[in-house]
Amino acid sequence: MQNNMIIVGMADLNATRSPGALTTLGLGSCVGIALYDSINKVAGLAHIMLPDSTQIKNNQNQAKFADTATIKLITDMQRLGAKKEYLKAKIAGGAQMFAFNSTNDSMRIGDRNVEATIKLLKGLNIPLLAMDTGESYGRTVELFAEDGRFLIKTIGHGSRHI
Amino acid sequence: MDDFGDLGAMHFDLLREVGNIGAGNAVTSLAKLLGHKVEMTVPAVNLVEFKDIANCLGGPESIVVGVLIQIYEDVQGFMMFLLPKESADTVLTAMMADYAPPAPAGEPYTPMQISALIEMGNILSSSYLGSLSMLTSLTMLPQPPLLSIDMANAILSVPMIEFGKVADKALFIESVFETGVGGISGFFLLIPDMPSFARILKSLGVG
Repeated sequence: MQNNMIIVGMADLNATRSPGALTTLGLGSCVGIALYDSINKVAGLAHIMLPDSTQIKNNQNQAKFADTATIKLITDMQRLGAKKEYLKAKIAGGAQMFAFNSTNDSMRIGDRNVEATIKLLKGLNIPLLAMDTGESYGRTVELFAEDGRFLIKTIGHGSRHI
Repeated sequence: MDDFGDLGAMHFDLLREVGNIGAGNAVTSLAKLLGHKVEMTVPAVNLVEFKDIANCLGGPESIVVGVLIQIYEDVQGFMMFLLPKESADTVLTAMMADYAPPAPAGEPYTPMQISALIEMGNILSSSYLGSLSMLTSLTMLPQPPLLSIDMANAILSVPMIEFGKVADKALFIESVFETGVGGISGFFLLIPDMPSFARILKSLGVG
């Protein structure tokens, strides 16, 4: 991990300019939404826990939900000089950490987070370039504002750039 | 109770006692299982923001064995039992030395070892919940335990998401235990949902 890397916690988000970098550690069923403007070299990363703020009463923390986190992230990136029309996305996470064999909807939260994020990006006209989602293992991700590369690291399932 | 912000010092004291009794019984079962004396520290009741959650557990990326048990009936929520990977290795050696050599470092566990860890989770959660049921006169039944070996944050995301639906912070009762002989340390987390927290407190005489 490079020294100037900004750590994004659970239900948290942040943005940076080149040569900065952002990381979020141990994504499980949560989803990491990485946005990048390659013209202005501005990167943003959100670590969301739930798909939809409108379904939940207690929704003060915007970074907790896919919908409100993405809007907030775009605003923060625009402040650093990014343009919405240049934004492109990559996402990771949404694993099912425990093998629940129930069909209980709350246990499919990883899948639901991914589905909601894809739909949301489509609605915002932000192209989704790549995704590394699902399965049953955790992921640490690093997003580099220099060139938009998105590194996925796992325990026992390799590491890769997407 | 609408939010954990309404909790006062007396509530925290009571919840700490809940953890003390539950984990105390579980640790006695663990000592029997391992044939070693097991020490437990005074439980902590933690109210933390999601982004700081894994700092209580050795860092977001530390590899842990997590056993998750869903609780149902009067009290609903999760119980989680977390062991650093090295401690899980020690537990397995103590439990299964006669049957299987310990796994080499970095190797995945065999099905037999995984089943032993799940059984340990079963024994510990049953004694934890059983003693709490007696104390509160509330029925709390465990589902079969589920196991995951991964980064602490990834494992914790599962109960944290449940909290995220109702709160911006997580409240959990943490009990740390240690055994001098094998150097095992671990954590119990009792994570009832918000209505169940209120029910537990009410059963103990505070609303």
